[in-house]
Amino acid sequence: MSDDVSTRARADHALDSGTAARTSTLEGEPLLGLHEMELNFGPQHPSTHGVLRLVLKVDGEKIVSVRPDIGYLHRGTEKLFESETYVMGIPHTDRMDYVAAATNNHAFCLVVEKLLAVEIPKRVQVIRVLLDELQRISSHLLWLATSAIDLGAMTPFFYTFREREQVLDAFEEYCGARLTLNCMRIGGLPVDITPRFLQMVHDFAGPFLKRVDEYEDLLTENRIWKKRTVGVAVFTTEQCVEWGVTGPPLRATGMAWDLRRAIPYECYPELQFDIPVGKNADTYDRYLVRMAEMRQSIRIVNQCLEILDKAPAGEFKGKVPRVIKPPAGEAYACVESPKGELGFYLVSTGGNKPYRMHVRPPSFINLQALPEMAKGHLVSDLVAVIGTIDIVLGEVDR
Amino acid sequence: MEISPFVRDWVLIPAAKAFIIINIMAVMAGVLTLIERRVLAFMQVRKGPNRVGPQGILQWVADTLKLMTKEDIVPSKAERIVHFLAPVLVVVPALTVFAVIPWGPEIRFKLPFIGRIETPLYVTDLNVGLLFVLAITSIGIYGIILGGWASNSKYALLGGLRSAAQLISYEVPMGFAVVSVVLMSRSLSLVEIIEAQRRAHLWFIVPGLLAFFLYFLSGVAETNRVPFDLPEAESELVAGFHTEYSGVKWSFFFLGEYANMVTVSAIATTLFFGGWLRPFPNVAVLGFLDLLPPIFWFLAKIGFFMFLYIWFRGTFPRFRFDQLMALGWKTLIPMAMVNLVLVAVAALWRWQGLRILGGIEWAVFLLALVYAWRRNKRAAALLAGQTTTGHVQAAA
Repeated sequence: MSDDVSTRARADHALDSGTAARTSTLEGEPLLGLHEMELNFGPQHPSTHGVLRLVLKVDGEKIVSVRPDIGYLHRGTEKLFESETYVMGIPHTDRMDYVAAATNNHAFCLVVEKLLAVEIPKRVQVIRVLLDELQRISSHLLWLATSAIDLGAMTPFFYTFREREQVLDAFEEYCGARLTLNCMRIGGLPVDITPRFLQMVHDFAGPFLKRVDEYEDLLTENRIWKKRTVGVAVFTTEQCVEWGVTGPPLRATGMAWDLRRAIPYECYPELQFDIPVGKNADTYDRYLVRMAEMRQSIRIVNQCLEILDKAPAGEFKGKVPRVIKPPAGEAYACVESPKGELGFYLVSTGGNKPYRMHVRPPSFINLQALPEMAKGHLVSDLVAVIGTIDIVLGEVDR
Repeated sequence: MEISPFVRDWVLIPAAKAFIIINIMAVMAGVLTLIERRVLAFMQVRKGPNRVGPQGILQWVADTLKLMTKEDIVPSKAERIVHFLAPVLVVVPALTVFAVIPWGPEIRFKLPFIGRIETPLYVTDLNVGLLFVLAITSIGIYGIILGGWASNSKYALLGGLRSAAQLISYEVPMGFAVVSVVLMSRSLSLVEIIEAQRRAHLWFIVPGLLAFFLYFLSGVAETNRVPFDLPEAESELVAGFHTEYSGVKWSFFFLGEYANMVTVSAIATTLFFGGWLRPFPNVAVLGFLDLLPPIFWFLAKIGFFMFLYIWFRGTFPRFRFDQLMALGWKTLIPMAMVNLVLVAVAALWRWQGLRILGGIEWAVFLLALVYAWRRNKRAAALLAGQTTTGHVQAAA
């Protein structure tokens, strides 16, 4: 894992140089022998969104340095892939980004399909895209709920959960699970969609744009919300590219990098949607970008529904061999997960199990930007920054 | 046996009134939590507590019993005595203040063994009542600071420091706002302030609109409520100064907070909304409103402010610490000073001057409302039909 080591080293370097910069700007000796306080933030803390532990050095309430300490949720997923057949690997992906299981399943299936070189029927592609976009909406809704509550606005939480329930109910109707979906198979899907599922998605998609307006009514022009987010944790395009940050944080800097357009997969090239980009690369722009993305996702959902309404039943699996044994070789496939670029790198020796499977989890890589983003801000901003990166610890720790 | 009038009027009746008020307040804090949870639930498309008793009205009893029976945990290296004293320091001043809150004018009734009783609905009418309120409520801050410090926890310490800075800062604009009312009424006695409003045919909200905003905003900050709830910001400092408290001690902090909310509401009612007076006390046509007793009007007005508190909580995010201080020192205090000068000048012409000042203040306020409304409408019209918001653009 050479890339992980090098990013660690970079993180440490940034940490040290940041501390040095601070001490040089401090005027004179600390007053009354007061020193920085070390504050242990997590792993059991209401706003670290899981078991993230941050070791903070604070000067009063000002953050001098942040050191994320991860691994509390490490389950060795990548190693587990090696000891189980390809199909058995899919449920493991559910548990990585557990609020966006569909995109995880999708990325896993994509990389195996790439090596197998199977043709995916058009209808299957549409259903996969539909599931992906529903998942993106539900993930963004959860993000909005939690990051709003981190900043003290508790009401959006309940509004978004009302809609998230509808999405999860639809998932339940489709595959029986609400969170750990296991809803894709190599070469297709486990089951066909039902008319009831389509109806449920219709019921959800119809009023959803109005619901987004409701959330925005509460937050977008709210002065306190703007005070807490505008100009907080600016992370420029250059920094994002340097640190490998993808997803909404990258697009909020103005770079229209969306894998659905940049490296198209499934039927995305044939669908109409825009890539919302921000300008100021701050927390507020990341918020706006995610809100706009939900609107775009519902556009895609509606287009998929249009296609599926014409073919409510049909094939849901491509032509794949019964025993999946990809030829020896290597492949990388990635999808635009709600959090950024989610990639799987597969090395196969021709057996029925992967020889090596490496995951590029967007949460993990975006999380590395946290020390850089939070430096110089206040403790209160730290929770805003954790919220704005949108991490899921299952994916960070794998 | 006849009780001497002195003992009756100066010992028995005040003691009885104090006893009743303290107990009502303790119960009221419980009932308020239930009301708050139900109202919030209504705002947040959920049901709220509805299991204990019909419609959940006994929820607060269950909660109180739970708190009473909970283990009292003291952190190992805490300052035990201070840790014990802190909640007491919060709750005692919070309840003491109610001695001067004027709930209603004189009532007459007859009791067996004691005889005819003629007594006002307040424990005492201090001639420095307003000063007493400000002084006593400030003591509660010590409880919060000491509680944060004595817990031997960094989160509690940060919470305590935050509240120290916040409460001291917001005392200043609050004091200025209160002084402007004193200029209007020419008295520090809360009863006298109500009487002045009756005599002037004028609630002080008319000339004191700005003062009211300043007072209530500072009051929300003083009581650590959203959007100024930084000392106990859950998402940042876990529970702030009372992180290390449990059981009865914790419930004391809680009781103190709710009692302070009632105090701020009651003082706002007294200073700006005519206390126990009915709306338009001098308009004879509305005489039928007198069928409701004065205490009803007082409680109804308090209820309105308590609802405002809950409404705030359902709507606003939380300020950041530096923004809070900036708002206090750079916005509220200058505004309070300007307001004080305006009121002082207007008060030279007594009620006429104050009426004119009030007219100007309300005109500006209404114009600002219209402007804000139209601006929002324009923004909404711009947004309608767009798939992206603000400066977020769609890229191909």
